[in-house]
Amino acid sequence: MSALAETGKPFGQRLQSALGDAVIGGLIAFLLFSLLLGLRMVDKVTGLTLEPRPWLLITAVAIVFFGRLLLSLFVWQAEYPITKPFAKFFTREPFDRRDLIVLGSVAAISGVMLLFRNPIYSLFAIPILLFLGLGSLRRLIVYFFPDLPYARIFVTVGLLFAIFFPLSTYFLEKTFHLGLPLRYWFDLAILVLTYIMLGWGLNIVVGLAGLLDLGYVAFYAVGAYTFALLATHFGLGFWICLPVAGAVAALWGIILGFPVLRLRGDYLAIVTLAFGEIIRIVLLNWTEVTNGPNGVSGIPKPTFFGLPFTPIAAGGGETFSSFFGLKYDPLQGIIFLYYVILALALFTNLVTLRLRRLPVGRAWEAMREDEIACRSLGINTTVTKLTAFATGALFGGLAGSFFATRQGFISPESFTFIESAIILAIVVLGGMGSQLGVAIAAIVMVGGFEALRHTDWLEEIFGPDFDPSLYRMLLFGAAMVAIMVWRPRGLVAARDPTITLGEARAIPPDLVKEGRA
Amino acid sequence: MSYFLQQLINGVALGSIYGLIAIGYTMVYGIIGMINFAHGDIFMVGSFIALILFLILLSLGVTMIPLALLIVLLVAMCLTAVWGWTVERIAYRPLRESFRLAPLITAIGMSIVLQNFIQVAQGARVKPLQPVVTGGYVLSEGGGFSVILSNIQILIVVTTLVLMVLFWLVITRTALGRAQRACEQDRLMASLSGVNVDRTISLTFVLGAMLAAVAGLLYLLYYGVIDFYIGFIAGIKAFTAAVFGGIGSLPGAMLGGLIIGLIETFWSAYFSIEYKDVAAFSMLAIVLIFFPTGLLGRPEVEKV
Repeated sequence: MSALAETGKPFGQRLQSALGDAVIGGLIAFLLFSLLLGLRMVDKVTGLTLEPRPWLLITAVAIVFFGRLLLSLFVWQAEYPITKPFAKFFTREPFDRRDLIVLGSVAAISGVMLLFRNPIYSLFAIPILLFLGLGSLRRLIVYFFPDLPYARIFVTVGLLFAIFFPLSTYFLEKTFHLGLPLRYWFDLAILVLTYIMLGWGLNIVVGLAGLLDLGYVAFYAVGAYTFALLATHFGLGFWICLPVAGAVAALWGIILGFPVLRLRGDYLAIVTLAFGEIIRIVLLNWTEVTNGPNGVSGIPKPTFFGLPFTPIAAGGGETFSSFFGLKYDPLQGIIFLYYVILALALFTNLVTLRLRRLPVGRAWEAMREDEIACRSLGINTTVTKLTAFATGALFGGLAGSFFATRQGFISPESFTFIESAIILAIVVLGGMGSQLGVAIAAIVMVGGFEALRHTDWLEEIFGPDFDPSLYRMLLFGAAMVAIMVWRPRGLVAARDPTITLGEARAIPPDLVKEGRA
Repeated sequence: MSYFLQQLINGVALGSIYGLIAIGYTMVYGIIGMINFAHGDIFMVGSFIALILFLILLSLGVTMIPLALLIVLLVAMCLTAVWGWTVERIAYRPLRESFRLAPLITAIGMSIVLQNFIQVAQGARVKPLQPVVTGGYVLSEGGGFSVILSNIQILIVVTTLVLMVLFWLVITRTALGRAQRACEQDRLMASLSGVNVDRTISLTFVLGAMLAAVAGLLYLLYYGVIDFYIGFIAGIKAFTAAVFGGIGSLPGAMLGGLIIGLIETFWSAYFSIEYKDVAAFSMLAIVLIFFPTGLLGRPEVEKV
């Protein structure tokens, strides 16, 4: 209760400065939005005409004004920020009476809101109650068992869940016929795992070696097209093409890396970005080989040791279901794809973890921390950079090959710069160099992005004309900015040391130097 | 020969626009060492503001073209500057002391936000504007091919030249320019000698956004159609131009812009229009191999 006794600025003074701040904020919002939101260009027969939308403009300015006013009164300038009790859920600090009053009233209000059975009210109340419930649960567990190795438990549980998730849900569904949307769940899980694998692959380049690569999607594209073209032109299968695709992507990494890796960080960034664009343009325009914007279709699915996942085998041989005496189900093929990408992702992780212990991995991290010191110690930085680049490209190629077989169809559309940006965002938001952080960030970003796809509740609020898909990327970009400003070092900021003498202790974020680009 | 001359004229006009955008990149890079990915989208926002202003003036019945151009230019510069300032304030200033990749990610996020904001607010369809500046001079006729120097091209090149001179004066002669150069060399030392670093950086963004607004207006006048996606391509080209000329160097940005514009135009004219971007980017890679810090960039002295 000591904070209350402290004499801060009187409320009147705080209100005055907050009001001034809010007025300036509102004025700037008006300048920003006056033309772009207040007027809309509409196509008419006579040409473009302007259509005024005063209410939208007023709403936008009012949101900024009141938002800033409330935030500065209760959070930024407040003696005791109203967000503090919520933040305490993430720590081990004890709650005092004031925290309990705030949390209790918030919980009570949310509970009452829920009673109205109004979809808009529930939209706000349910996440708040969920947050409070999970937060309290976390605090209770930490209170009773303060010394458990939580990070390891978390990883183990996550891994077990990833391994048993499809099989257990599949058998549940087949036994009890619950009507679960399994197809959708598995597809989403495969997508998340693909991004986790890409994140881990790029993490080698950006997180470990500290090289900024803005064109990672190029290697993804190389892998995908290598497999697609080999499969459609020469009839080769997935398992033969997988290593080939990885090798071709790694080769491209080396070809690109040789000339440009002597460059300083940002020049490297722009060259990789340019390379990504070049690959995409070539794929788009080299119609004789890549079929241009129409893409390559009819890419075969992987087989289980030669057994295809089809109702009837093409040549009259055995299929997966007939060999094992099962009833044919299209879900079997999807579950198999899930395990393929899970294995590939875990392979990426395993290789990364092992490489970090080898001299080359330690050279990567040393180079990230200080390139000059590295060179002075006799490490060949060009070779070190090249290996990082090629290893990252290799995993990008493997993931691309998987992408091609899962989709069955690829086109240059799938390999735009925005993909590179999303993968890079996953790595940086996760906390560069942290394998667990990358996985969490991939789940948050891809899962959140997908959740915005199913936004019937938004339509309930804003009326049937509302098209949520337009707002999806807007929210995605805003979330990227917000997470980064909130946690500049990523979601998992602490690092585990690569080698230790005696007991390993996590390195706090302020001791980790920047991953130098 | 006349075909070549025509392409030269077109290339210089296009290059001037790239150069104006590239200055924004190079200034921000020089002062805080970050790639301002959202700058291309600031340019796009500027061209949308200019288009809306033209439509407002049209409905108000302003028909004197020079007056309309001047009003649109000044208002668009001011409003776009507010956008530039806001982006810096929201996405970059909180991360000033953070590690280098953090502002890059927020910049990419901001770029996505701006693109989609415009798409949501103004619709995804291309927005046409009937030609405002028309006419031109026929430089030479013969062989069935006449070389035309249009008024809009003259306008683009003259505006760019005037702005370059003004800008050069701001950087070399004014207190703001001195503060900028001081921050570029050593931010801590600059703040110790009384330079308001945050304000200087904000003003850098404001100036960059103003130039981007001019570029947006010129682009709108030159091509006559814009959409919410023009910022991405133009941004990458302009950043390439900035790197080409040596990032952090103002004349370098202009030179890089011209070269990129010329490469693109000549490649489209003599080889294939599909691969014009490939040509520009490959040229960049080749130049960087031989001049690792760009054409006019100072070699970096790394201190331990």
